[in-house]
Amino acid sequence: MPGMHRNRVKKKPRLSFQRTMQLLAAILFNGYVIGFGKGKIFTGGSKAFCVPVLNCYSCPGALGACPIGSLQAVLGDRRSGFPFYVLGTLMLFGVVLGRAVCGLLCPFGLVQDLLHKIPVKKVKVPTLIDRPARYGKYVVLLVLVVLLPAFAATETGLAPPYFCKYLCPAGTLGGGIPLLLANPGLRQAAGVLFGWKTLVLAVILIASMFIHRPFCKYLCPLGAFYALFNRFSFYQMHLDRDKCVNCKKCEQTCPMDVEITRQINSPECIRCGKCKNVCPTGAIFSGFTCHTAKEREARSGES
Amino acid sequence: MRSKIRWPSLALLAMALAFIAIGALNGEYREVLGKAVRICLECIGIG
Repeated sequence: MPGMHRNRVKKKPRLSFQRTMQLLAAILFNGYVIGFGKGKIFTGGSKAFCVPVLNCYSCPGALGACPIGSLQAVLGDRRSGFPFYVLGTLMLFGVVLGRAVCGLLCPFGLVQDLLHKIPVKKVKVPTLIDRPARYGKYVVLLVLVVLLPAFAATETGLAPPYFCKYLCPAGTLGGGIPLLLANPGLRQAAGVLFGWKTLVLAVILIASMFIHRPFCKYLCPLGAFYALFNRFSFYQMHLDRDKCVNCKKCEQTCPMDVEITRQINSPECIRCGKCKNVCPTGAIFSGFTCHTAKEREARSGES
Repeated sequence: MRSKIRWPSLALLAMALAFIAIGALNGEYREVLGKAVRICLECIGIG
């Protein structure tokens, strides 16, 4: 039939853009491979710089500092002042990329994505529970990362990193387990707290098989921080309303359940790009911009 | 037509860069480095 070859199906690449970025970021942020064998951590100068993702600095492979751990360390030290350096770094990543950090760069996000590929019956969290639970991550950011380290110091004048100590599953997975496996001295020191953290990790990993990215949706303080910047970040998602046929395929595909046709740059959007891939009319695109949405529409109308 | 630049984003970017510069001048990066090069026992569930 004439014209039949026009609709040739594009060969799908073996690794998506998202997965390629996630793997590259995981390797880049954890490139000190010999640390895993020796049970020791990297001690070079690059650890003065915060990485944009939740990547424990006690992971044997980590080449940079975890921004959430660093923020708690500075806030928790009575001798330190306002955490300008760490907060500025977080703001820089937030204003440039927003939650694209979560969708494209975070190694713990990658772990959750891969677990969700396991073919088990998926669970849709009822809206009545899902909506309020999404605020959990802001509570974790405010209470465990900011308020408790800033105001609940011990008699030494130092506050423990409460989030890292009691909740962070990335620290257990990337730091605790590899270090304990390779270092017998640390293994002997593990007690109730390690048991608790392993339990938290196990619950999150099992939940990831049934719910897409439960940690990112409900608990991650770094995701909460970047969510505040999604509206302002230079990297934005765009919806061309002239091309949109309102088929809602994007919303059915969205792993974060964002109402894309209503608020494409919602604080919940992790910019994974799945909506772009399924859009039949190519109405969704993303990129860096210095202009507001209205200005961009006006410019595309002129051309 | 008057160009609508994303001024809030540019202001946040400028603020972020200023914060980093102030923090760097205060030597805060040394504190980050000092914490990051030692095994954080709390972070791995031991401390």
